[in-house]
Amino acid sequence: MEKTLSSVIIKKEWDIVGARQAGRKIAIDLGFGSVDQARITTAISELARNIYLYAKHGEITFEKVYGVRKVGIKIIASDRGPGIREISSVMKDGYSTSGGLGAGLPGVKRLMDEFDIQSDDHGTKVTVIKWARQ
Amino acid sequence: MRIPILKLHNYLLVSIQIDLDDQTAIQFQEDLLNKIHETGATGVVIDLTSVEVIDSFIAKVFGDVVSMASLMGAKVVFTGIQPAVSMTLIELGIYLKEVPTALDLEQGIVKLRQELEEK
Repeated sequence: MEKTLSSVIIKKEWDIVGARQAGRKIAIDLGFGSVDQARITTAISELARNIYLYAKHGEITFEKVYGVRKVGIKIIASDRGPGIREISSVMKDGYSTSGGLGAGLPGVKRLMDEFDIQSDDHGTKVTVIKWARQ
Repeated sequence: MRIPILKLHNYLLVSIQIDLDDQTAIQFQEDLLNKIHETGATGVVIDLTSVEVIDSFIAKVFGDVVSMASLMGAKVVFTGIQPAVSMTLIELGIYLKEVPTALDLEQGIVKLRQELEEK
């Protein structure tokens, strides 16, 4: 069972801040502690920046997800950019095409509990979930 | 948005109290280097007590500002990094090994004083 809570369009740099502020608010509402709030907010920041840098335009959507006796936040970062040609290389630590620190996607995966990426010529969709500790 | 930079004797003091966006971070980097140049400050303390998120980009800007200030002869110390921010950075894979840190503003000043007097 899933419930869409809100979404933030990413098309300018300031939207990265907007997305993580929206995400933090949801994380607080769902009862996440301060460390998980920081993990979630940072992951959103990385995902939103990827959209801004590589696809220029995209969207971050927040959903509330229900597991067995637990709730979580699902974050979907989607864009219609050029796609990622080699997913296995962007998932290696230290890989970067933009001259950043290369923390990117492997770092996001470590911060969250579940991670999925799909990418083709028509865009990229990264889906992550963090479960709230009961 | 500009982050205020205060001068105290030979030091510059900064307390970042806003959610940093990329542009503000870059502007701060430039402002700080200009301020070091203008004032001849030898040490800088940047307090991050109120900062709740440091992502890979902001971390890179902070790491760079240490190296840039160092080229100009000034030492930068970061203070007050929150436990949640520290955990998140390490999990993200960002170690900031070259960045001097201290627990709080007071310890930061002590650290600067020690390092600058040793020279």
